[in-house]
Amino acid sequence: MSGHSTSSPLKTYFVIWAALLAGTYVTYKVAFIDLHPFNAAIALTIASIKATLVALYFMHIKGASEKLTKMVVISALFFLLLLLGLTMTDYATRLWS
Amino acid sequence: MSMEIAIPQPVERENYLNKEYGVWSWLLTTDHKRIALLYLISITFFFFIGGFFALLIRLELLTPAGDLVQADTYNKLFTMHGMVMVFFFLIPSIPAVLGNFLVPMMIGAKDLAFPRINLLSWYLYIIGGVMMLHCMLTGGVDTGWTFYAPFSTNYSNTKIVEAGLAIFVAGFSSILTGLNFVVTIHRMRAPGLTWSRLPLFIWAHYATSIIQLLGTPVIAVTIVLVACERALHLGIFDPRLGGDPLLFQHLFWFYSHPAVYIMILPSMGVVTEIIACFSRKRIFGYSFVAFSSIAIAVFGFLVWAHHMFVAGMSVYAALVFSLLSYAVAVPSAIKVFNWTATLYKGSIHYDAPMLYAFGFLGLFTMGGLTGLFLAALGIDVHVTDTYFVVAHFHYIMVGGAVMGYLGGMHFWWPKISGRLYPEGWARLAALIVFIGFNLTFFPQFLLGYMGMPRRYYDYSHMPEFQVLNVLSTAGATVLGVGYLLPMVYFLWSMRYGKPASDNPWNAAGLEWKTASPPPTFNFDEEPVVTWEAYNYEELDAPHSEEVPVAR
Amino acid sequence: MPDSTVVSLQHEEQHCPELLHHFADPQQQRDASSLGMWVFLATEVMFFGGLFCAYLIYRLKFFADFGAASKSIDATLGATNTAVLICSSLTVVVAVWAAQTARRTLLIGMLAVTMLLGFVFLGIKAVEYKDKFEEHHVPGASFSFDRVPIPGHPDQYANPQHAQLFFSLYFVMTGLHALHMVVGLGIFSWLLYAARKGRFTPEWHTPVEIGGLYWHFVDIIWIYLFPLLYLIDRHP
Repeated sequence: MSGHSTSSPLKTYFVIWAALLAGTYVTYKVAFIDLHPFNAAIALTIASIKATLVALYFMHIKGASEKLTKMVVISALFFLLLLLGLTMTDYATRLWS
Repeated sequence: MSMEIAIPQPVERENYLNKEYGVWSWLLTTDHKRIALLYLISITFFFFIGGFFALLIRLELLTPAGDLVQADTYNKLFTMHGMVMVFFFLIPSIPAVLGNFLVPMMIGAKDLAFPRINLLSWYLYIIGGVMMLHCMLTGGVDTGWTFYAPFSTNYSNTKIVEAGLAIFVAGFSSILTGLNFVVTIHRMRAPGLTWSRLPLFIWAHYATSIIQLLGTPVIAVTIVLVACERALHLGIFDPRLGGDPLLFQHLFWFYSHPAVYIMILPSMGVVTEIIACFSRKRIFGYSFVAFSSIAIAVFGFLVWAHHMFVAGMSVYAALVFSLLSYAVAVPSAIKVFNWTATLYKGSIHYDAPMLYAFGFLGLFTMGGLTGLFLAALGIDVHVTDTYFVVAHFHYIMVGGAVMGYLGGMHFWWPKISGRLYPEGWARLAALIVFIGFNLTFFPQFLLGYMGMPRRYYDYSHMPEFQVLNVLSTAGATVLGVGYLLPMVYFLWSMRYGKPASDNPWNAAGLEWKTASPPPTFNFDEEPVVTWEAYNYEELDAPHSEEVPVAR
Repeated sequence: MPDSTVVSLQHEEQHCPELLHHFADPQQQRDASSLGMWVFLATEVMFFGGLFCAYLIYRLKFFADFGAASKSIDATLGATNTAVLICSSLTVVVAVWAAQTARRTLLIGMLAVTMLLGFVFLGIKAVEYKDKFEEHHVPGASFSFDRVPIPGHPDQYANPQHAQLFFSLYFVMTGLHALHMVVGLGIFSWLLYAARKGRFTPEWHTPVEIGGLYWHFVDIIWIYLFPLLYLIDRHP
């Protein structure tokens, strides 16, 4: 993924890095507050934001000229969700009858 | 571009076979064509190992009593037959042999994107194969190729961790092959070769690679979990800890169902090429066939729990998976219709590859339709774990995949070896295979429907089944003869066969525009493609083998 | 896709000795390597995915017991490790930039710091594993999880069998992740060696880029493992 380098990509990297650390801190702190059942949702949402930031900025998906890389990532996530989701159809409905 | 009669050549041209001699030039090669041949030898070896186990199974089933081997031994026989045939023959077969050889050539490239990874993939296959051989020789596994928990994790005394690791390593080989194909097809097509001009063989291998890439890792991690449970007591599937054995089945079948599409899609690609060539027509409905390949790959991931209908899963989830299983049949059916429509008003030539393609058409259709029987929940309850299922998947894997493999080997043999195989013997072999196959497996549909369970070494409480079992065993013997014949005449042809011209079939496709056998870098000049795929209206009919070609 | 002009092999080799013979030009080689690494990472998503699937099922089924088990592992160490990996991702991406801009010393430095942070991560993990061993939380014959209260319900005890399931998943998931870290360290030690030999230039530094992709992926896995394993039910 060659240079779409702006005048200082370093600045972006440090901003993202700070955001990631902040997200970690927030996740850690919020876990000790009872927000059941939202604790898991908050933690996973922050984790997903962090993962997205790493993927977009550190792994240079943002600014990648080709759609193919994005397709690969989206396909992987899609099939992962398939595995989790369709398996859950069994476990979620086993006790229905 | 029409074919000219080959110019007599006094000196043998340099090609990938004679460029270098010596064992190390083969064992350290990065030439995709040589790696394909390394795979050819290896998978043929494992095919005969798996076939040997099949022979013993069928010998035991000649009589109702369990009188040839002990029950535990019989369990090991069908397990090893399944594991070897699935992981060490069927899954690599067409992609690793024909795919490796042809994918770069069909797209006009000099090699795959990662030649060294290609070689690594073969070595991983060999390492996995050696591990599996060692496992078999030191006791084997008795869980069935499906190694269900908790028998495999807690109660079996056989070498499950070793077999699992062998499959893990072989699975890595499969992943790397898929990776290589995907990157090659995306990045290394010749100028002018757009996606819609690609041979459907390439589309089929692209779809296969998607499955290999996304499915195999799941069974890999499942094997890791089973190994951890056995060796380290990290119980994930242990019911005593609250674990669910059905979770194993979910994870196992998430790969193993798409795996059957890994086995059939390449074969479909081969059949498409053969039918187009020997009908002298462009494939009917090119886009439909191309997108059906992708659809099969995607839909194939949605149906896995149809293997678990009677295992204790939720009935509501079973309904969903049953519906999806009907849906997955649609793209396959679309392909069958398109092949048939291609034949219509075509100029049919009955060379051996075409005979195998015809066999594929009929037998794959039968296998596929019986799959629909199994997708229906009510029928499935009746025929699960009977010979009906065994017959169903053998119709697809043997009647479909293996026939496609043999057809492809015949079709591309002149390109691979530079020699023509003896057509008469090849047609005879195809006929023997077809007869032997049906004799072996059709009775099994009847047996299964009438209630004979699979994986039983003793059916003495149902002695009336013996007649059909004897027919099946007789068929297996005939089938074995049919498989041995090509081994013999292919080897014979390497020395005594007529040298082949660049394009003995006058087939469309870039691989036919270079010498037989090809030079190491495939093409003397990078091709620039300006024509659509299957341009048979511009090509003459295939010549018979009487065309004079100088030795 | 490269243009339809046929490129002469020798011409390209003069400019870029790293060009492999079967590629038409360095751009194609670079694109192929990058796509190859991305596709490989997709397979890794599915590899870990199986474990996440098992985790999801059992967490929903045995939430209370999993909460109790999760509470017994050190969240501060886990958070620290998360921060360590995030810092290492920063050093990786700066390393790539250094390679792109021909800053060899910075490149070597960043690669070294990345490896150092990787070792710190593994060290902290080792401490955690030792703690678990000492508390008899390693599944197997000597596993014990008696009379551990469920978070929020001090009068109820967690089921030790279900807790053992949690720890099985904990060890397999973090163990597999640690294995990937070790492989990453191996890759980076080669990158460090090659960087010191001056093999990376602004025209060709593909191994640094794709090694970086792998490292970021391992970081992303941990980003999910941390809340899922350490923070199931932390409120008192």
